[in-house]
Amino acid sequence: MSNQTSNERNGVDHTLITGVRLADGTRADLYLAGGLLADPAGATDDAVRVDGDGLLALPGLVDLHTHLRQPGREDAETVATGTEAAARGGYTAVFAMANTNPVTDTAEAAEHLVDIAAREAHAQVQPIGAVSKGLHGEELAELGLMARSRAAVKVFSDDGKCVDDARLMRRALEYVRAFDGVVAQHAQDPRLAGPDACCHEGEVSGRLGLPGWPSVAESSVVARDVQLARHTRSRLHVCHVSSAETVEVLRWAKGLGVQVTAEVTPHHLLLTTDELTGYDPTYKVNPPLRPAEDVHAVREALADGTIDIVATDHAPHARHDKEHAFGEAAFGMLGLETALAVVIETMVNNELIDWSRLVSAMSTLPARIGGLTRQGGGLTVGAPANVVLVDPTRRRTVARDDSRSLSRNNPYHGRDLPDPVVSTWWQGRRTYSA
Amino acid sequence: MRHLLSAADLDRDEVTAILDQAEEMSQVQSRPVKKLPALRGRTVVNLFFEDSTRTRSSFELAGKWLSADVINVSAKGSSVSKGESLRDTVQTIAAMGVDALVIRHHASGAPLQTTQWIDAHVVNAGDGTHEHPTQSLLDAFTMRRHFRSLGDDSFVGKRVLIVGDITHSRVARSNVLLLQTLGAEVTLVAPPTLLPSGVGSWPVSVNTDFDAALPTADVVMMLRVQKERMSGGYFPTPREYTVGYGLTRDRLATMPEHAVICHPGPMNRGLEISADAADGAASRILDQVAAGVAVRMSVLYQLLGGDEDK
Repeated sequence: MSNQTSNERNGVDHTLITGVRLADGTRADLYLAGGLLADPAGATDDAVRVDGDGLLALPGLVDLHTHLRQPGREDAETVATGTEAAARGGYTAVFAMANTNPVTDTAEAAEHLVDIAAREAHAQVQPIGAVSKGLHGEELAELGLMARSRAAVKVFSDDGKCVDDARLMRRALEYVRAFDGVVAQHAQDPRLAGPDACCHEGEVSGRLGLPGWPSVAESSVVARDVQLARHTRSRLHVCHVSSAETVEVLRWAKGLGVQVTAEVTPHHLLLTTDELTGYDPTYKVNPPLRPAEDVHAVREALADGTIDIVATDHAPHARHDKEHAFGEAAFGMLGLETALAVVIETMVNNELIDWSRLVSAMSTLPARIGGLTRQGGGLTVGAPANVVLVDPTRRRTVARDDSRSLSRNNPYHGRDLPDPVVSTWWQGRRTYSA
Repeated sequence: MRHLLSAADLDRDEVTAILDQAEEMSQVQSRPVKKLPALRGRTVVNLFFEDSTRTRSSFELAGKWLSADVINVSAKGSSVSKGESLRDTVQTIAAMGVDALVIRHHASGAPLQTTQWIDAHVVNAGDGTHEHPTQSLLDAFTMRRHFRSLGDDSFVGKRVLIVGDITHSRVARSNVLLLQTLGAEVTLVAPPTLLPSGVGSWPVSVNTDFDAALPTADVVMMLRVQKERMSGGYFPTPREYTVGYGLTRDRLATMPEHAVICHPGPMNRGLEISADAADGAASRILDQVAAGVAVRMSVLYQLLGGDEDK
């Protein structure tokens, strides 16, 4: 598959997509030429023609929260395979989290990732820098040098770990203001969510005898952080909001005008603690799956804008890291290939959002939060040709082995879901075709 | 019965059958030659990821007295730290040709997970803070003998107090499930910090006042306080715990005369249970240990005894 994709990347440079519907409901022809969207009237005869009748064209999706595992765990995912999975999911850009080995906590590490991506990626890869050296939560990493580097890092996160120390969090927020950076917090109080905590603390964890962590371990950190963001007049981004309590805090903070944005993952929009009863570590994720009331709350919050965006937290793991007892298995699940399907299923098909809101939540706003200027724009002449062609009615039964990722920790295996992505173009080149 | 993973796997008739069979097996214990040929040629592996002299010995004797070949495999420590997955560990053992795997694991759910990877019968010998079904069976065996001695061996309406660290107790979870199946009324007694989240939806009543609950008990089951809880901030000091939730000599005096005392062991004498309670006439603690072998013989026989016929 990767050969075919790279051939297409090298070969096809002019594509005319006819008769597609756009997110606002209008019909249009799209002409992709020279990496940009051009006037369809000027389409040359040798352009590849794609019949878009009955299909929807959206700007390429942007994921603010991806774990590519390279460098360090190339057996679980690489820049190449992770971005192939991204392209298959309709993404044309991913932000790569810093918790690799070595950690992306220097300009050199960030540039190294950009260089790998320039050779191998099937989507734009934007490094996220660590907030603290080695993700240890003690000293600031070289945030400014990462920002000034060729990688032009704008988003900083210790994701996987919480920046627990209030003073360090305050300094990070203050410091990144100089270059319009944003701190993306994995909110999890390490004292309320102890080292053994492996799921949501509630009725299910009590019954199964699994050590859990309560929602308040998330919402209390967010409550502190929004006050720090208010105090420092800096930008805060809250990763993977999982609970109704956190939604309440965000609603309050946004009401005060705090510069805070927030994301929700596809799995927190669909899956609940009910999945845990078989102790299958596929469903072990941090923050954990929560009860149905929380799923309802984050859906409402995404619909009303309290939660700004959807981000996948795509977290590939080698099979043997998931084949432990539940409490000892790795945290995380795949997300890139199924994100759009889950958002369509949970939000669009339930009439909680329309296609325009979906585009803002999965493309426009994540690009804006992360400062990517050549992503997330409208499908207008002159814009970069980042396009995903969508069939909103097609469905499939998800099969974990049918994947471009190196890993198989797909929580939707066996589930009937939309199968929306028909084709993806990144900078005018087709990176995925169903 | 394919596996025994949870006390909830068993309905009332199955429990009764296991307990009745255990009564027969217990006859063997008092014979000079303690051996039945029932499981000759069968192989049972006790795979213990966590130390437990008492449970392992009990399963080992149970298997041996039924003439099974029994070996003990200690796989202590986290498989993550050893670089071997749980799946690899159990498949390696199973590949040697094992009929039943008796698994003790420090992580909840491990025995259940194991059943998807191997064909052998699996017995849960205690998984994390989840369940310990054979413990609940031996407790039921002990209680039933006691009820029988009072002239009525039914569990219906009998009041069982389970006292102590419910949150982290697999014994409590299995007992709640099994006693519900048998029709007993269970009251959990603990400080709020040691009551599991969601306990309100369990089929039990909850009381944080031991003194209020004790005078109506038919059975008082005291749970061990693990050392790590003492430093975990669940209660201020061991002394305070004993005053609130220990079966002290003073408290023993308020227990109904016909009631009996159980404890899954090992006991912290002076903390959750006084010597007067542990060694007194109402104590059934050593009877529980004896019942453990008979009940495990019965369970192994139920799992393996019929295999040849298939």
